[in-house]
Amino acid sequence: MSDSIDIINAFALMTNFVILPALSYGSQLALGALAVTLVYSILRFSNFAQGDSMAFGTMIVILLTGFMIGKGWTITGIPTALLVIPIAVIGTSIYMLTMDRLVYRHYRRIKVKQNIVGITASIGVMFITGGIVRFILGASPQRFEDGERFIFSVREFKAFTGLEQGIALKTSQFLTITIAILLVAFLFYFLQKTKTGKAMRAYSDNTELALLSGIDPDKVVQITWLLVAALTTIAGALYGLDKGFAPQQYHLLLLPIFASVIVGGIGSPLGAIAGAFLVSFSEVLLTYAYKKFLIYLLPLSMHPNSLVQLIGTEYKYAISFVILVTVLLIRPTGLLKGKVIDGD
Amino acid sequence: MGLVLLFVGLNQSWALVLGIVNLSLISAIMALGVNIQWGYAGLFNVGIMGFAALGGVSVVLIAQQPVTEAIDAGGIKMLFALVLGAITIVTGVVLNKKGFNKWLIASIVVIGYLFTRHYFSEASDVIEKVDPAITGYLGGFGFPIAFSWIVGGLAAAGAAWWIGKITLSLRADYLAIATLGIAEIILYVIKNEDWFVRGVKNVAGLPRPVPYEVDMQKSEWLLNIVAWIHRSDLELLTQSDQVAQLSEYVRGASVVFVKLCYSGLFVLILVALIVLSNLALNSPWGRKVRAIRDNEVAASAMGKNITRQHLQIFVIGSAIVGIAGALLVTYNGIFIPTAYMPLRFTFLIWVMVILGGSGNNLGSVLGAFIIWFIWIQSGPMGLWAVEMIGSFTQEGNTITEFLEDRVHYLRLVFMGSILLFIMRFAPRGILPEKNKEL
Repeated sequence: MSDSIDIINAFALMTNFVILPALSYGSQLALGALAVTLVYSILRFSNFAQGDSMAFGTMIVILLTGFMIGKGWTITGIPTALLVIPIAVIGTSIYMLTMDRLVYRHYRRIKVKQNIVGITASIGVMFITGGIVRFILGASPQRFEDGERFIFSVREFKAFTGLEQGIALKTSQFLTITIAILLVAFLFYFLQKTKTGKAMRAYSDNTELALLSGIDPDKVVQITWLLVAALTTIAGALYGLDKGFAPQQYHLLLLPIFASVIVGGIGSPLGAIAGAFLVSFSEVLLTYAYKKFLIYLLPLSMHPNSLVQLIGTEYKYAISFVILVTVLLIRPTGLLKGKVIDGD
Repeated sequence: MGLVLLFVGLNQSWALVLGIVNLSLISAIMALGVNIQWGYAGLFNVGIMGFAALGGVSVVLIAQQPVTEAIDAGGIKMLFALVLGAITIVTGVVLNKKGFNKWLIASIVVIGYLFTRHYFSEASDVIEKVDPAITGYLGGFGFPIAFSWIVGGLAAAGAAWWIGKITLSLRADYLAIATLGIAEIILYVIKNEDWFVRGVKNVAGLPRPVPYEVDMQKSEWLLNIVAWIHRSDLELLTQSDQVAQLSEYVRGASVVFVKLCYSGLFVLILVALIVLSNLALNSPWGRKVRAIRDNEVAASAMGKNITRQHLQIFVIGSAIVGIAGALLVTYNGIFIPTAYMPLRFTFLIWVMVILGGSGNNLGSVLGAFIIWFIWIQSGPMGLWAVEMIGSFTQEGNTITEFLEDRVHYLRLVFMGSILLFIMRFAPRGILPEKNKEL
């Protein structure tokens, strides 16, 4: 290591270990948070089954990937999981529509006002979904990515720039960020410009008035579940490509996702995205060990000899929780004003 | 329910029945706590596991003997670190209340945190190095174990007060999310801080409030009772066989006797809590509580402070869950952090409360017995069903092996379905709340 101050290498180090991971993690959270927001705005309850639904979508992706690889139907360079996502989305949609028909529709029909009933029902769905996923795939972690692991690797980057610290762009990170941008763009276009999207927003704003204007509530709900299924499956598959699949891990994603939704202001899609990146960057920045970074920036005499890690990695979920509590204490409406008044 | 238990007792073993009964009793106490929150006030607590774990921790902290070497090595330093942390937090809060500059407060808190973390990690390293295979933690205070039940309740109440203070004045789902979060975090702390309660290495050999089996086997009167119960069997045997057979019986009987002692203890606590909560529910306080639950707007128009009332009930309910958590660890005699699963502790209790009839204390007890029985017996039943299927196929069938391996996960699906079925088709549960005139 050099003993002089080296800003470029420090920056490369930060990009590789903080910015890229946080960006892709944030994108995955944002998709999950958007799904929660959609369910909240249209169906009016906080969907506790979100984490396990993501596991369900990913499960279909894993099964199909295994099948495709077994048959040899792969394209070199592209993760097979990417090819099967559309089919997995269909599968998850069917599952979600079935659950809606069996569980949630009843409470809409009898016009339950409290969203606590929806929460209780979604916790039931959460355990059923989690049970199905564990029954089919088992509880142990597994990886399912194939194809090229890197768009460019550390070695290629070092050879290209001649820097001491390399930046690697993983395929999964690149895909995550690209797909998230495309999907969010599509979602906003859909909600703002299309007739169905407008109907959904009207239904969310004022249900009675929307019904009077002849909007079909069943159709709105079905479209919502389709969108939620797409967001959920893609978020789950991307997270799995990036960090591997483990049912318990997915179940716990509920915490950062809810933190994102509440930080951004519950019911506000833009807020959910902002919240997701706030949570992901806090998590990565606080659990990163700054030793190497500081060695690049500080003169030799001030080099740290501990890891300079603010919080142990094992407490990363605690960070989302602390963010959540802080926001509830300081600004319960969230960053962008959402609905604070009780759901009924 | 009694008949079913009797059936199991005659067919399987009495020790097993008492095991089921004891765990049902503990679950019933937990369900009672949740019922107070949900049935009395409509508060949705998804962090039952965390409060139960706090109760378990307090058993270790109160009843275990202190590890003097560890305290000598790092006790003072740890205390210093914790006090420093506390001072940092208090300073931050006080300065914030006095309206100082936000950046000043933030920097004080950050600097305080860094110092705390420095001393803290040094102290925990030292403590964890003291004989890590056996201790490696500070140990407890060595007080009588019964004392820890109260402390467990207080610890859970403290956590509940903090959570409730922040979330209860806000939307209903914030409480659910916050309790879910705090439960996971409590578990993370317990699993990762080895100096505290040994982390995932478990704490075994906790003291007991009841006699040990080995001592019971030597006691004269148990021997006499056992001899009297089995007199007709024993008379048929020769002298030497009689002694051997008798000691066999006594061994079984001592296990049953110890479990009976626990049952008595748990029944006593459960009955006391039910009597107390029923008395409270029928008092003016209980009428106020139900009035708030049934119509918040009207109650607040009558000048009732709803948030304060909710906080009170949330704290009381969580304290009861904490007591039950402490009782559970006392009964097991070992503290296993990895055993705390949201399914076992949060979800199962919920199903008990909703099945039994929310708002009705006896309903929660009934629900606890039914659900715990199904839960315990559904594992063997599932395996048995798989073996039945397996007997029709040839040996080493992959599908059968797969099913045997995974069948226990279907219990999640099964319990989730029970919850959804009751919610939809019998939302008032088996024993609905009696609608008393307000």
